[in-house]
Amino acid sequence: MNLYSQSVTELTLNELDARVAAGKDTTYVVNFWATWCRPCIAELPYFEMANDSLKNQKVKILLVSVDFLSLKEEKLIPFVQKKGYRSELFILNEKNENEWINRISTDWSGAIPATLILNTEKKYRHFYEQDFHDFPSLYATFQTLISQ
Amino acid sequence: MTKYISLIFTIILFSTSVFGQEAAKKTGLQVGDKALDFKLKNIDGKEISLGSYKKEKGMILIFTCNHCPYSVAYEDRIIALHNTYAKSGFPVLAINSNDPDVVPEDSYENMKVRATEKGFPFRYIYDATQSIAKGYGATRTPHVYVLKKEKKGFRISYIGAIDDNSQDAKAVTQKYVENAIAAISKGEKPDPETTKAIGCTIKWKK
Repeated sequence: MNLYSQSVTELTLNELDARVAAGKDTTYVVNFWATWCRPCIAELPYFEMANDSLKNQKVKILLVSVDFLSLKEEKLIPFVQKKGYRSELFILNEKNENEWINRISTDWSGAIPATLILNTEKKYRHFYEQDFHDFPSLYATFQTLISQ
Repeated sequence: MTKYISLIFTIILFSTSVFGQEAAKKTGLQVGDKALDFKLKNIDGKEISLGSYKKEKGMILIFTCNHCPYSVAYEDRIIALHNTYAKSGFPVLAINSNDPDVVPEDSYENMKVRATEKGFPFRYIYDATQSIAKGYGATRTPHVYVLKKEKKGFRISYIGAIDDNSQDAKAVTQKYVENAIAAISKGEKPDPETTKAIGCTIKWKK
């Protein structure tokens, strides 16, 4: 039994846009991952460490799973409960990949992991189709952007 | 000012090191380019190249692998594509470029196992050096390149997904690859010529 028995919220891109816009000067780090994606699972602990380290700053880390929505209860929920992730958890509720991938970034081929870092007031939006191999590289990326 | 300069420097440093691979993926082939030739080993041990396809009108080249759930979700649809279109001159050629040191299931031996289990009717070749995936600019599995044969060889006509619903074959509304082949057969350009889809990254050598 995990004490952090996490819930996973279904999220459309319109809802994500609204959330980020409402955050004004907050920097959002949106990581796209899936339970079946090994490099994603490997880098998630670094996002969790960043989530803990940046608690007192205006930064929100959103972990958005692109697992099949039909497998939410069967696969995703047991997985995140076992891992005990502390960042906010979502599952993407969009259908047409050819449309929504371009809404995140036209630079995105669709491979995961992928990470979007954006801030409404500071007007930046950076996209990374890559995995972060260690905590220092991820943290340094965040710090560079946050201090802008 | 100094702070500003050091910030710029940090950004440049990151752009060249951490994000170095970002630039690499842009250098692949595009629709309209001549197809890159290869000479790779099929699961039956025979070397396959574009020259092996003399009578065909084109081919459906699919970067895929054994382990990726998206590839697995599409296996039956890839088999169906081959069974439908090989007859009309567009066979499937599946290619695995993953490094088995990263994912052991994607070794050459395991390609034979998976092909036997599923009864793949198409060739399944092994890109051991990953140079073909890099040359084409494939980033994920499955990643499809529909090639059309012209007088002087093969040219790329479509790049992207098989259809618009990886989660549910029954809920597909757009069959991109089938539409592309129909367009090519009529001498037209596929519309769309490129599409995007979620997939596993190709597992590059470390």
